[in-house]
Amino acid sequence: MCLAVPARIVERLSESIARAEVGGIVKEVNLCLIDDVAVGDYVIVHVGFALSRLDTEEAAATLALFAEAGMLAPDDEPEPPA
Amino acid sequence: MSVRYVDEFRESRLAHALAAGIRSLADPARTYRLMEFCGGHTHAIFRYGVPDLLPANIRLVHGPGCPVCVLPVARIAHALQLASAHGVILCTYGDLVRVPGPQRQSLLKAKAAGADVRIVWSSLDALKIADENPHRQVVFFAIGFETTTPPTAVVLLQARALGVKNFSVHCNHVMTPPAIVGLLERPEAQAPGSVPIDGFIGPAHVSAVIGSRPFEPFAERYRRPVVIAGFEPLDVMQAILMLIRQLNDGRAEVENEYARVVNRDGNTKAQRMMAEVFERRAKFEWRGLGELADSALGIRPAFADFDAEQRFDLDVVAVADHKACDCGDILRGVKRPTDCRLFATGCTPDNPLGSCMVSSEGACAAYYAFGRARERAVAPV
Amino acid sequence: MNRRISPRPLDLERGRIDLSHGAGGRAMAQLIEELFEAHFDNPLLARHNDQACFEVGAGRMVITTDGFVISPLFFPGGDIGSLAVHGTINDVAMAGARPLYLACGMILEEGFPLADLRAIVASMAGAAKSAGVPIVTGDTKVVERGKGDGVFITTTGVGVVPAGVDIASDRAQPGDAVLINGSIGDHGTAVLSKRENLSFETEILSDSAALHGLVAAMLAAAPGIHAMRDPTRGGLAALLNEIARESRVGIMIDEGAIPIAVAVRGACELLGLDPLYVANEGKLVAFCAAAEAVRLLEAMRAHPLGRRASIIGKVVDDADGYVQMRTSFGGTRIVDWLAGEQLPRIC
Repeated sequence: MCLAVPARIVERLSESIARAEVGGIVKEVNLCLIDDVAVGDYVIVHVGFALSRLDTEEAAATLALFAEAGMLAPDDEPEPPA
Repeated sequence: MSVRYVDEFRESRLAHALAAGIRSLADPARTYRLMEFCGGHTHAIFRYGVPDLLPANIRLVHGPGCPVCVLPVARIAHALQLASAHGVILCTYGDLVRVPGPQRQSLLKAKAAGADVRIVWSSLDALKIADENPHRQVVFFAIGFETTTPPTAVVLLQARALGVKNFSVHCNHVMTPPAIVGLLERPEAQAPGSVPIDGFIGPAHVSAVIGSRPFEPFAERYRRPVVIAGFEPLDVMQAILMLIRQLNDGRAEVENEYARVVNRDGNTKAQRMMAEVFERRAKFEWRGLGELADSALGIRPAFADFDAEQRFDLDVVAVADHKACDCGDILRGVKRPTDCRLFATGCTPDNPLGSCMVSSEGACAAYYAFGRARERAVAPV
Repeated sequence: MNRRISPRPLDLERGRIDLSHGAGGRAMAQLIEELFEAHFDNPLLARHNDQACFEVGAGRMVITTDGFVISPLFFPGGDIGSLAVHGTINDVAMAGARPLYLACGMILEEGFPLADLRAIVASMAGAAKSAGVPIVTGDTKVVERGKGDGVFITTTGVGVVPAGVDIASDRAQPGDAVLINGSIGDHGTAVLSKRENLSFETEILSDSAALHGLVAAMLAAAPGIHAMRDPTRGGLAALLNEIARESRVGIMIDEGAIPIAVAVRGACELLGLDPLYVANEGKLVAFCAAAEAVRLLEAMRAHPLGRRASIIGKVVDDADGYVQMRTSFGGTRIVDWLAGEQLPRIC
């Protein structure tokens, strides 16, 4: 459950409202649930609210982990059909 | 150009790397039965075709983490009473409007018959509708797990601060950890040797709010590993890999694959707001799981003026589910959607009998919409 | 027109539709003359008959009709007027036909601003003119306030299919290639962006366009196209399921080959929608023999409305008529009919 998407804060409109961008579209989001958001930060948006911050360093680390997992596999393993 | 922090987590090159990693780790001599609790994971698994990349001895069991699927018919009956008999403007999320209530009635059908039912994208929209319609009562029919609860808390706090007289909330917020305990405490989970689930893929955005800590006691108590995972398909595959590793090592810990969003303590500000507005109900009925103690939230007496259950006289209707409907067993992971004899015959997304067929997160709807061809390939009729 | 029917012209700035504009009297005649005829302006309409009478050439005729109801009436990249012209021209063109004439029925709600109506009619006239397909007859009705949604438009189109062309929904065959002329979901996204309660900022414009020129270029390159349809309501997914059912075949598409704007994906992520089900108004999907596919693709890409054309999949043998998609992720899923209306969801 709980559809929520990463959005980049592009402008603070007030204490509790900001404009946030997802893939080129911009929507107002409510900031009541998190503190200290700055322009450029990524947040997770759910039903119009920024629910939490997205840590970009952790995201990069997780992606690196995915690539590493592949190293576990022996080379002769066939790829699934494309 | 891409959708940042979404597209990277759907990349096929990394999917193949992860698939290869899973194949090399998975012990062919055993079966791994992993339950994804959340409907968000169920949806991602089917939408991206994740099972195609997994070895056959990894079985994904779909859990009860779809809030409209677990909402008992009696609560839908309340929504229908509010919209029809009480004549309020009933605001709710789009997920709920097609869920069948008593006699296959739904909010969408009530709307067609003249009720004022409005689909909102945000709880804030409901409050706005109240402001625009000062002479009408507006009820926000709130559904969802811990993710969706803080936005409801915010509108209740705002409504009180603004002194809004024509707005109230019908609260159906439920909590994840009690539901998982409910699954593990059931008799079929207690019988030795018949444990259906080896490990859990833990909730993504629920954990963003409550943190990973609440899952620690039962990982330990019930000896089941939990890996909190994001809702993108690579997140799901990485979580599967981490669960296999734990099971192979004989560990049962809480690990966090979704560290970019989730930490151990969660969103403490949101937790404080929830605690101010809501209190635990002693018990609450879950479709398929029965009554679970301390599993749902009600509105605190201090906010009684904004509690639709206090403001309106609502009948408690005891409604039995359709006799042949297996939603209960499916929600508990005991049966698969295709085991239900109504599946794709009496019950389809266009004319759902059970709630698992309604939400695109429900196991039956996901099977129907995305997975039927797979069933045909696995078990030709 | 030599003599005005009323000494005072319509107040197109501040005036509103009232019931007299549909009552058959002088007010209605004035509305037709000063608004519809002034904009649509063509010899057949100017003859003031209740019908248009014209010669037709040899060949099979096609006729189609389509009702247009949309909220909001004006959206980025178009409005209900241009949409009503493009949509019906496209339905004629999907048979491989050359569209000849349009007829138009207008249902107006009492109170509708004449300025908005003028904008819609001017847009219709512009679309018809640039498509070269005149609106030659029409009808106007007015309903009481609250019984309409501003304006509803129905357009009917006729056209002629050239000899040697045989395009039908039941002719897709196993082995056929599936082609689309560009990105999906633009129209639906542009319209949603202006919906009350959902509104968001986007650069995306509706793709609303008349496709008969593109179809003519496609037929010149590949006269043997088997099936063709435009993916409007229900999006690409509905179209593929319709063709699969009519032709009793399966279809396998490749997600990575389907053009889609990043903003359309962004909007779908945010609202919980699937772009495969989002509406288009300037797209077509063609099914042709594999041997003709590359030639057809090149012809499409050479046309301004087909620059981002792509081969998105192929027709396969399948008694169950499943449409399936190889996901970019590497898996396979069914692409089913849409169940009910696609609603914004939170989970």
